[in-house]
Amino acid sequence: MRTFLGTPGEGNLRGEVPFPIAARRELRNTQMRRNVGHATRTIRAKRLAAVAECPDWEQLRAAGSALKADTMARLPELLDELERNVVARGGCVHWARDATEANEIITGIVRACGTDEIVKVKSMATQEMGLNEHLEAQGIAAVETDLAELIVQLGRDKPSHILVPAIHRNRAEIREIFRQNMPGVDDLTDDPQVLAMAAREYLRRKFLSAKVAVSGANFGVAETGSLVVVESEGNGRMCLTLPQTLITVMGIEKVVPRFTDLEVFMQLLPRSSTAERMNPYTSMWTGVYPGDGPQEFHLVLLDNGRSAVLADPVGRAALHCIRCSACLNVCPVYERTGGHAYGSVYPGPIGAILSPQLTGQGHGDPNASLPYASTLCGACFDACPVKIDIPRILVHLRADHIDAERDRLPSGQDLAMKAAAWAMRSPRRFALAEKALAATRVVAGPDERITMLPWPGSRWTASRDVTAPPPETFRQWWERTHGTERL
Amino acid sequence: MNPRDARAVVLARIQSALANAPTEPVEVPRDYDRRPFSGAGDLERFAMTVAEYRAHAIRVAGSDIAATIASLIPRGGFVATPSDVPINWTDGVDTMVDRNSAPLSIEQLDRAAAVITGCALAVAATGTIVLDAGATQGRRALTLVPDHHICVVFSDQVVDTIPQAFAALDPTRPLTLISGPSATSDIELTRVEGVHGPRTLDVLLVDGPQPGRQAKLHV
Repeated sequence: MRTFLGTPGEGNLRGEVPFPIAARRELRNTQMRRNVGHATRTIRAKRLAAVAECPDWEQLRAAGSALKADTMARLPELLDELERNVVARGGCVHWARDATEANEIITGIVRACGTDEIVKVKSMATQEMGLNEHLEAQGIAAVETDLAELIVQLGRDKPSHILVPAIHRNRAEIREIFRQNMPGVDDLTDDPQVLAMAAREYLRRKFLSAKVAVSGANFGVAETGSLVVVESEGNGRMCLTLPQTLITVMGIEKVVPRFTDLEVFMQLLPRSSTAERMNPYTSMWTGVYPGDGPQEFHLVLLDNGRSAVLADPVGRAALHCIRCSACLNVCPVYERTGGHAYGSVYPGPIGAILSPQLTGQGHGDPNASLPYASTLCGACFDACPVKIDIPRILVHLRADHIDAERDRLPSGQDLAMKAAAWAMRSPRRFALAEKALAATRVVAGPDERITMLPWPGSRWTASRDVTAPPPETFRQWWERTHGTERL
Repeated sequence: MNPRDARAVVLARIQSALANAPTEPVEVPRDYDRRPFSGAGDLERFAMTVAEYRAHAIRVAGSDIAATIASLIPRGGFVATPSDVPINWTDGVDTMVDRNSAPLSIEQLDRAAAVITGCALAVAATGTIVLDAGATQGRRALTLVPDHHICVVFSDQVVDTIPQAFAALDPTRPLTLISGPSATSDIELTRVEGVHGPRTLDVLLVDGPQPGRQAKLHV
């Protein structure tokens, strides 16, 4: 039971209603279900092929998992080392306790540059912070340059996947969004190639004139002060190279100890995320380079609840996440509900353990429902390149939540548990209960499954089948075949 | 708000979290393929992995570099080059040279038919070329703005694995790892080539060592 109270994170980390309600709403969107189902099925097969090519995949996973655990164990010294090395090479390091502080730091830097429009490389951390909304309120336009983020931005929508944020949209919907909201676009087919070229034209003008860019970072190397951005389209390279000023936001958990440690993650990440041997472009830089790239570099280190997660010896493995999204693509729940049902910018299995830990699971908090958004099938654990034991953490968070709610009025579940405990405390009562249970066989179908029970059993059978109890209990069978002989 | 306060608070929070639930020291198992570079990279594999990601791999002899490059450039087009690209690469094409004293503008780069560079090293397992702004490579914008990138890779620059590459790279340099032309899978997870980086990538794989230099890779 957790007694440590860290400072929770804020921002786009929770929805307005608990998951079951949001999921029921999202499940009615058959277009989204078709889009997400098709996309995740496709990438699942590709990921397996990419992973099968690596004879040392399991060894890489083991190394990746240990590297992340080592990083968390030495986090203060590694962040200190990272800062020193960034500053030594001409960069500026800022620390942000929470999303609000990070937003304010970035606004201040942008204002000091005298511009009212910035370009952005996709960054989950800035989504979490709600940076674009904050900047907009300050009169600064933030243009998303990642194609999917652009689709979400132009469609005034919310991202639903951590890697492919517009996965819930199909090509026809994207075409409509571009036609209605992209300046300078008249006629478009819905061919993905044509759509991508329209985005290229629109964004190229922005890149070539931008003065300030904001990016995230996949990794920050403590040993050298190097930052790493992994991407496919080239918008990252554009934003990291052309503007005069670069601001990079990085969660404190993204630091890695040594440059050569990247040899592990740069094999795990591309194969797990886009199912490729290597993604098209990876940029690495340290500080500033005279005559090449931005002449002003700012690194913003973001806490926003991560230090609170660190205090939970079981739950803190959620901080190992390298944001590949393999767990989303493999999850039977995510495949059907899509990302919006989770309410947080971090959906899916990783979201179900990270979002509630970042925000806390207070009474009535929708995030407290997220650890239950799972069948505990374990596919996410198998797919995770850094071996985060998501099912174990889900159960751990459920237990935490039950403990925290223990003093409140008993729910139906609580009463049922108390009744079962009463029956099981006495051998005579237990035997009677077993005999009574056998009577339910009458409602089972020919396949020995019970699919409908009257209330309160209906709360279970509404979404689950129950196997019918066997015709006799173990004790009855023993009595019948062995008489009163003892074991 | 004093910036030093935020730093102190965040570090204190982390220290406190770790004190509340101490960690064991972690031993990192390194049982993955970490074989050191054998001295000769698998060129066949490199040509194959480059081609699989829709870049073009062209094997040439050292004496044919200029002719091959000229055949890839449309008539009337000019190529942008870093200032230290050898003249025998660009014989037969019009060039615009990017110099520290007179860097090419974005508009000029945008109009170039192609850019020609060498590389720092290449990786056979993944079809990756790595630029580090070193010799024959120039600054980063050079290989980003033009729509066509022609990269000359000498056979002694090819290593086999990603760990071998990281062992040989200098992390203080600006590094760009390029594996195929730019692409996106954001629309229905259908891969579309050529969004913002060069839409055409030609890799000239030259049989033979880099002329006039010691073999760079003796890891």
